[in-house]
This record gives sequence, C-alpha cells and structure tokens, in this order.
Amino acid sequence: MNAPRAALTILAKEIRAEFRSFELLTSTLVFVLVVVFVFSFAFDPTAAESRRFGPGLLWIALLFAGSLMLQPSFSRERVNDTLGGLRLAPIPPYAILAGKLLANFVFLILVEAALLPVFGVLYNIPLAGVAAPLAVVMLMGTLGVAAIGTVFSAVASHARMRELLLPLLLLPALTPVLIASTEATAGLLADPPELQTTWLVVLAAFDIIFLTATWLFGEYLLEE
Amino acid sequence: MRSATAASESSPGLGVVFDNAEKRFGSLVALRRFSLEFSPGEFVVLVGPNGSGKTTLLRMAALLSRPSAGQVRVKNDDGATGAAIKSHIGVVGHSTMLYDELTAGENLRFFARLYNLRDAAQRAAEALEPAGLASRTGDLVRTFSRGMRQRLAIARALLASPLLLLLDEPAAGLDREGVGWLASTLAELKSRGATIVMSLHGQSEIGALATRAIAIHAGSIFADSKVEGTAQSVIELEAGISSPVQPNEAKRNLA
Repeated sequence: MNAPRAALTILAKEIRAEFRSFELLTSTLVFVLVVVFVFSFAFDPTAAESRRFGPGLLWIALLFAGSLMLQPSFSRERVNDTLGGLRLAPIPPYAILAGKLLANFVFLILVEAALLPVFGVLYNIPLAGVAAPLAVVMLMGTLGVAAIGTVFSAVASHARMRELLLPLLLLPALTPVLIASTEATAGLLADPPELQTTWLVVLAAFDIIFLTATWLFGEYLLEE
Repeated sequence: MRSATAASESSPGLGVVFDNAEKRFGSLVALRRFSLEFSPGEFVVLVGPNGSGKTTLLRMAALLSRPSAGQVRVKNDDGATGAAIKSHIGVVGHSTMLYDELTAGENLRFFARLYNLRDAAQRAAEALEPAGLASRTGDLVRTFSRGMRQRLAIARALLASPLLLLLDEPAAGLDREGVGWLASTLAELKSRGATIVMSLHGQSEIGALATRAIAIHAGSIFADSKVEGTAQSVIELEAGISSPVQPNEAKRNLA
C-alpha cells in the first residue's frame, strides 16, 4: 500500500476510534475553555488589552491543549502493542507518522473551531471580519503543533516518564511556532487588521522542516 | 478458511537467517551472539523458561526489533529480503495488537486495508468465521474475554495468508476448542509449506506438529534438534530431560 493511502487509512481509524468515545476531544476542549474562562475572569481585560494579550493567551492555551491531546497519540498504541501491528504492515514507517499527524491536526482544528467563537465573545474581539486569514494562520500554526507534537509523542512513548517528558520536549520546540502564530494572529486582531506575511513564511518554513524530518526519520522514531 | 488455506498455495514459506545476531537492552543481554536459520516450510518450536529470550528472538525474526549486533534477514527463494516481504509475515505476539476501541470486524478490516488485501470486508468476515467470532463481528474488542481476544489476534495474523508465521505462546488463554482450532489451522498451513516458528509451553496437540525444536536458556541456544512429530519430544526437550545438543554441537548441526 502506498504511503498516502496508508496514512488516510490510519487517519480514518483514529477518527472512528475517537468519535466512538470523544475522550480526547472532550477533555481537551474542556481544558482550553477553562483556561480561556479563567483568564477572562481573572484579568477582565478591556477591548484594547484583549487585542494585545488575547493572541498570546489563545496560542498558549492551544499549546497546552496540544500537549494534552498529543500525549496519548502513541502511548495508546503501546497498550496492546498495536504499534507493533502497524510496524508489521507493509507500509512505509512515515505513513504511520503521517496518519497520526493528520489525526492530531484534525482533532486540534476541531477544538479550535469550538474555542474561537467563545474566545471572541469573552474577550470582545470580533473575528467574523478576519475569519478567512485567521483560518489560514490557525491551519498553519496547528500544522506546526501537530507535526512537532506527533514526532515528540513518538519519541516520548519509548520513555518510562513519558507523561512528563512530552511537555518538556514539546514546549521549547514549539516556541518558534508560538511566536510566529501569536504575531500573525495579533496582526489580524489589531485595528486595522493586517495579515503579516513574514510570520506566515516563518510558519510555513517551520512546517516544511518538521514534515521533512518526519518523512526522513520516521523509521528511526518508531523503532524499539 | 481462506486466509489459512490460501497461504503459500503457489509460494513456499519464507526463511529466516540470524547471522551472528545479538540483542541487548541496555546492560542486559537478552540473546547472546548466535547464528541460526529457519528453512522455508519448517515448523519450529521454541522452548525455554520465562525470560529465556524466546519473545526477543521472535520479534527479531518479525523484523520488529533490530539486533544490537549481527544481522537478521527474512528471505524467500528469490533472495528478496526486508520490507518487500513484510506482507508475507504474520505475527501473534504476547499482546494482541488489536484496538480495544474498535470492533472485531473493524480491527480486521483496518489491517486488511493496510495489507492492501482486495475486498477487506470479505477477508475479515472469512477470518472471523473459523475463529468462532462471526457472531461478535460488531462488538468492541474491549468487551471480549482473554480467549476471544487471542482468537482474534490469531485471525489477524492469518489475514494476509502469511508465508512466515511467528507465534508467541499462541495457545495462551484459549479453551480446548480454541486449541483444537489453532492446531488444525497450523497443520493446514504446514501442509501448504508455510514456515511456522512458535514458542510453546507444553501444548501437546500443537507441539506434535513441530519438525524441529530449539531450547533457549538465559539468552543462549541450548539445544537444537529434529523432533519426531510427537509432542513428547518437545515436552522432553522443554523439561531438559532429552539428550540436548550442547552449544558447540548445536553450532556444528547448524553449519
């Protein structure tokens, strides 16, 4: 089976399994909503403060959500050694990572789709006018989070202290994505809104580097 | 059962070559340096106490675990090795390699698709029938008993009609009927020329099928001998009361 078909087969399996229990989506969504609510009530920001601090808060909440959501991505595959089952299949190792990455990307996007309207209301930031460019930023930033998170989830799943290790590896590695995504989002939420293409280029470069690394080193990441 | 009967109808089994292979986990030597070959069509039983290295050897043969030193090659008559022939390897491990949150049918259809099998749904149904799980196709694996999971794990391993079947204590958790089904399935695969390597603890019905038995102790090949098609030979070897081939002699036998 070729890599794209194998990746899509794994994506379909991940979606089927998650939509049966909603365990990951529910817990992650509740977590990010709590973070956004708590900050809103703690600081009670004005409209100007929201525009200034909102993008950073939004992306920090999403990074924490990402680390929560990405944790089980590979550790779940260790329970019945299903990762062994995947590795036995005649598919390229990077197809396994690509399938996982796509699944993590889809789940994070779903969480963001539910979070953004709540964020807009709580922080009094109208998002409808910048929906299209904001979607581009969210998609590119989320792809970066999913790519790096999937790679480190695979690495951390070998470790005994995997629950602790993943955030320790993930958060520093995601700093460039955090900065670029926050700046690009801040530009869009400013008055007047501005699409800062420089940060989009940084995000795109980061995404390409990590997607290439996943493709090149997939076999080694999944080894015992 | 199509998955079993179709095995090697037109192709002989695959061979496995361990060439000066060794496996370490940190400072622990799980398997000491050894050379060994499983010939196509052989039915090999691995015996030995818990922790002797049988599982490690099987995982290396399945190309799931790289040797720390030396080489392991799975090959067919054409000399093809590696990933190209992964689709012909079936494995029943200690763990079931099944997704608890999917149904039995979904699990098999998923793996059938990954193995690029035509008509995955039909192949899955055909694999579930002889395993006695046809009526539970739509049930989540998490609701299955240990024995049912094991039956499903065996059905998964047979799905792609393997030419090399590696089984790690496959009878664990199976009831008498399940052991009978496993024995008849393995006998059929054997008659078709598939190579079968399995670790076993005193299962006479299955042990009787073996053509060769290898005893492993503390990470070393302790004995390697032809068996006479009776379970007694395997059981005696396991108990260490047959006349085991000493390591040097075993090496000579293998040369």
